[in-house]
Amino acid sequence: MSTEGASSYGDLPAVATDSPVGARNSMDRLYAPPALSERLIRAFLMFCAALSIGTTLGIIGVLFEETRAFFAQVPFSSFFGDTQWTPLFAEKHFGIWPLVGGTMLTTLIAMAVALPFGLTAAIYLSEFASATVRKWLKPALEILAGVPTVVYGYFALTMVTPLLQTLLPDLAAFNVLSAGLMMGIMILPVIASLSEDAIFAVPSSLREGALALGATKLSTVFRVVLPSAFSGIGAATILGVSRAIGETMIVAIAAGQQARLSLDPREGMQTMTAYIVQVSMGDTPTGTIEFHTIFAVGMMLFCMTMVLNLIAQHLRGRVLKGSL
Amino acid sequence: MVEPRMKVQGLKAWFGSSIALRDIDLDIADKQVTAIIGPSGCGKSTFVRCLNRMHEVTPNARAEGKVLLDGKDIYDPAVNPVALRRYVGMVFQKPNPFPTMSIRENVLAGLTLLGTRAKDESGLVERSLRQAALWEEVRGGLDRPGVSLSGGQQQRLCIARALAMEPEVLLMDEPCSALDPIATAKVEELILELRRRYTIVIVTHNMQQAQRVADTTAFFYMGSLVEHAATTKIFGNPTERRTADYVSGRFG
Ligand SMILES: Nc1ncnc2c1ncn2[C@@H]1O[C@H](COP(=O)(O)OP(=O)(O)OP(=O)(O)O)[C@@H](O)[C@H]1O
Ligand SMILES: [Mg+2]
Repeated sequence: MSTEGASSYGDLPAVATDSPVGARNSMDRLYAPPALSERLIRAFLMFCAALSIGTTLGIIGVLFEETRAFFAQVPFSSFFGDTQWTPLFAEKHFGIWPLVGGTMLTTLIAMAVALPFGLTAAIYLSEFASATVRKWLKPALEILAGVPTVVYGYFALTMVTPLLQTLLPDLAAFNVLSAGLMMGIMILPVIASLSEDAIFAVPSSLREGALALGATKLSTVFRVVLPSAFSGIGAATILGVSRAIGETMIVAIAAGQQARLSLDPREGMQTMTAYIVQVSMGDTPTGTIEFHTIFAVGMMLFCMTMVLNLIAQHLRGRVLKGSL
Repeated sequence: MVEPRMKVQGLKAWFGSSIALRDIDLDIADKQVTAIIGPSGCGKSTFVRCLNRMHEVTPNARAEGKVLLDGKDIYDPAVNPVALRRYVGMVFQKPNPFPTMSIRENVLAGLTLLGTRAKDESGLVERSLRQAALWEEVRGGLDRPGVSLSGGQQQRLCIARALAMEPEVLLMDEPCSALDPIATAKVEELILELRRRYTIVIVTHNMQQAQRVADTTAFFYMGSLVEHAATTKIFGNPTERRTADYVSGRFG
């Protein structure tokens, strides 16, 4: 069978000239194996896919292995029970909460900025802006999303902090407040753009249904359109939180390097990401306990963003399926 | 002759610069069913959407002329289109229940959206669903999502939602085109029932449907009203040649 297929495959150019669809020979071609080029391309694509999956698995594997090495020396109970994080000091404590707390506080401030403004921008863009305004504003938002975060970091340190210090005299030079505010501005376009997509995707038949019942534009937006876009807005929010938790540059530059368990955003605090930067850039020898800490912290970070991304993906899946 | 509930006088409508309705004059009789027929694209939907000022919701769309409801011009600049739509309800071609609301909430949606509440909510829900011939099918599960119903049930839910606002006039734009024959028969039966209480304008592509439900029928062609007369006359002995050709299936 395969030789027959191969020979008819060889005949193909002659057939193709007098019958563009090759109809006369089509039954022979039923048995033709896929062309060699097609098989090669398929193999190449599979190799690329395997490479990226393999790399990811490898990184996760190393992360697990090093984390295991860390917990061989530091018990779980002190990692999750201690309230101090001082692995680089003479008297070592390994309580993760100061780092988690710093991360959470910056994220909270960032979301307090990004969510209301981002959502308002999204509602305005999709429901109220004229076509021309939309045409200019949407790309502008996307440019804002492309600003390198290191720029935001310096901006927080050299502009926002001095400005805020005129209002809040107690504000430290490195503080969570400016880092969080700047991070909020960084995330704002992400939330605005994704929420706008979700709101825009709400079928116009629902808007018309509400308007035809005698609803005002505002009530249509808030009682019909936004609830229908809830999953998409939720996904945008969670992706924003996930970005905030993983954001490194702004906090490394502007929030300081002191792991401190506190709720006062005027103080400097270290986030999980900022700690990893500090150790990676320092001269900590590999194999030491100090070195292993960054993998444990990285693992913690990975788990947190992973859970958030899974939730966001689930929500977005619901949006795509249209089940809301 | 029954006194007209609505009088359309010199109505023109545009989408951007292209005209969709040219000088329509049409009387809509009180507590009767007026059917709008005509080939696709002739302006039927545009016409009914002008009757509750939904036409202007479309970007760049505008309308000109007079539409009198009980003698008052709804295109008077002093008229608030949002308030008008409470009196002129509308059912769309595709059922569009609100996906985040239960059956009960969908029926009450008009009031919720206005920020008010009915005195007797369950009474209103039951009454509206009964009028829409849906009550018996859903009475056991009013808290189920509205979108969990079948297409035909969803369309009757949308009718119930419109009826709950107790409109003066009910506009229906091809309400059965997404429905199977059984659901269509139910909606038609319902229209004949509602006719005793409401003034109804129905757009349809189905000639039999027009003959079954409508008292008068208006034939539109390329944005103009060709002929409006008793349904029996339109289908039996129309004045205009184009009407005769269309209803006998010779074009369109
Ligand atoms: N949103 C729109 N933008 C621009 N032109 C439109 C729009 N909607 C309708 N039109 C045009 O206006 C004219 C009338 O359309 P309309 O929808 O009223 O027709 P119809 O009679 O309801 O047709 P159908 O039977 O297919 O529903 C058509 O030529 C159509 O192309
Ligand atoms: Mg139409």
